[in-house]
Amino acid sequence: MSRIQSTFAQLKQHGKKALIPYITAGDPHPKYTVDLMHTLVKHGADMIELGVPFSDPMADGPVIQRASERALVHKVGLTAVLDMVKTFRKTDQQTPIILMGYANPIEAIGPVAFADRAKAADVDGVITVDYPPEECGSFVQELRKRDIDPVFLLAPTTEPKRVDLIVNQASGFLYYVSLKGVTGAANLDIEEVSKRVASIREKTNLPVGVGFGIRDAATAKATAKIADAVVVGSRMVQVIEASNEDSLLQNVATLMTELKTAVDSANS
Amino acid sequence: MQLYDMPDERGHFGQFGGTFVAETLVEALDELRVMYERYRHDPEFLAEYAHDLKHFVGRPSPIYHAKRWSDKVGGAQIYLKREDLNHTGAHKVNNTVGQALLAKRMGKPRVIAETGAGQHGVATATIAARLGLECVVYMGSEDVKRQAPNVFRMKLLGATVVPVESGSKTLKDALNEAMRDWVTNVHNTFYIIGTVAGPHPYPMMVRDFQAVIGIESKQQMQEMIGRQPDAVIACVGGGSNAMGIFYPYIDVPNVRLIGVEAAGHGLETGMHAAPLTANSPIGVLHGNRTYLMQDADGQIIETHSVSAGLDYPGVGPEHAWLKDIKRAEYVAITDDEAMAAFHSLCRTEGIIPALESSHALAHAEKMARTMSKDQILLVNLSGRGDKDINTVAKLANITL
Repeated sequence: MSRIQSTFAQLKQHGKKALIPYITAGDPHPKYTVDLMHTLVKHGADMIELGVPFSDPMADGPVIQRASERALVHKVGLTAVLDMVKTFRKTDQQTPIILMGYANPIEAIGPVAFADRAKAADVDGVITVDYPPEECGSFVQELRKRDIDPVFLLAPTTEPKRVDLIVNQASGFLYYVSLKGVTGAANLDIEEVSKRVASIREKTNLPVGVGFGIRDAATAKATAKIADAVVVGSRMVQVIEASNEDSLLQNVATLMTELKTAVDSANS
Repeated sequence: MQLYDMPDERGHFGQFGGTFVAETLVEALDELRVMYERYRHDPEFLAEYAHDLKHFVGRPSPIYHAKRWSDKVGGAQIYLKREDLNHTGAHKVNNTVGQALLAKRMGKPRVIAETGAGQHGVATATIAARLGLECVVYMGSEDVKRQAPNVFRMKLLGATVVPVESGSKTLKDALNEAMRDWVTNVHNTFYIIGTVAGPHPYPMMVRDFQAVIGIESKQQMQEMIGRQPDAVIACVGGGSNAMGIFYPYIDVPNVRLIGVEAAGHGLETGMHAAPLTANSPIGVLHGNRTYLMQDADGQIIETHSVSAGLDYPGVGPEHAWLKDIKRAEYVAITDDEAMAAFHSLCRTEGIIPALESSHALAHAEKMARTMSKDQILLVNLSGRGDKDINTVAKLANITL
């Protein structure tokens, strides 16, 4: 059983839902990333989604674009991100780490070499935004051979037939993108999301995480009622962006505590 | 029998092309693929397209024998396919007319586009005005500054121009931003991509709409001189004018196809926009797999060319394929060589070529010298150079 799978299993045993914060590696500066990761765990992160900076983040809104740009000033690429995960693992062997990024940095290393290096760094899952299942069959196999979970996105516009295709390739969990649009956009329609999540569950036993549009305790709680995991990205990055060196870890801890309380209070 | 039948049904040209997009865009692309399949051979659609090309764009564009220039160069006879004479002054409009007609049939009242130098933006704004569609054009804020006259033209035509501040603030970032708009507004919006890049079906669809250039050329060369040229030469940024003229010639034996990339300050300086000639690694950007200018981390690097229309780090996937199967050859021309050809054509033929097209002209000049007087080169003169007079003046330290 992979670390992601056992984390979900344990949470389920306790009737809990997962809180998965997202940060972009290297934002605001590479020297903070590992400390930020430990802070997230200390204040309630069940898993961490770690963004790999890319020069052309087509699916991201302005908040995460700026995070990518801040990290790229310090040349934080995929190799540096894998090193950060290695450092994090020295003191945390429990918390699953899911890399989220775009295809080209992986292509630059080569899919097989990347899978080897991700395994060596003890990465648990990989989300590649612009690798739809039709284009990444062999990459998915390379990941699964090494017990790394390929996590796929599902959108409100994903046709039922494609849901079948995607759930057959995915492992670990499914990530339902709750909005049409880029990261950080607009508001959440929780009833619509609820219906979609229910229809996904008809097709798979994989846990379903929901992200895009979760900004505060209320939306986190509402989402935790219907999903197995709550992913918070742009809001987290906004807090990082608005912090200075001294307030950074404290501000992140405050937001995490608020979100964790909300997610835990959704217990049904 | 048709010898060349690319791409496959998922948009692959061998290992290139494909549909590398976020899940949020998959349905929109599926819809587009299905609708384009429905209309690409539909007689009524094609008749309307042909009618607009004739009466609105002014096609067919002539082929002109640049005799004085050929004599001056000394060697092969150089013929020019005059896409500069189209309405809006470049080949771009062939494609925007086609896609806008498709948008109308799909019931989308709003079109968006990315633009670098502004030519594709102007061509999109033009057809949007004619068809009564709302039009939003994304343009890197650096380009907005450099191409003020085209920004004003788009506004005159009723379009909204959105300056893009992210990344390198140029064409590739404008494309990113247009994609983001499309993901958000896909229910009422058609994205008119200007080149043979992007996810499937764009590389194929844009090629098909631009193929009118090559189809006319074949007929016109036969009528004018009773044979086809020894080589067809076109500049390549994303590569739409080159694909347009190459495509109908792919199955014609003994016609060399030569794509000319921008060598900028020289390939050895790294300041260029020539991924094919410089043997850049293969990667994934803007929805397709192709040769891509990037660093060791897979980050896309900034390109350089005196011509904004060639300033793109990737290249259409079909060009990558034609290079690999050796059906087309790719070379690169520096800023200085292109400028020399620009001035030479102005003075000898009374034609001001676009700086993009001047790259193709410069290579034709080089080649012609090595050939005999009875050999024929056909250059796609993809646009006129009026838009470039500020750039040219600045290079000569002249204030207009």
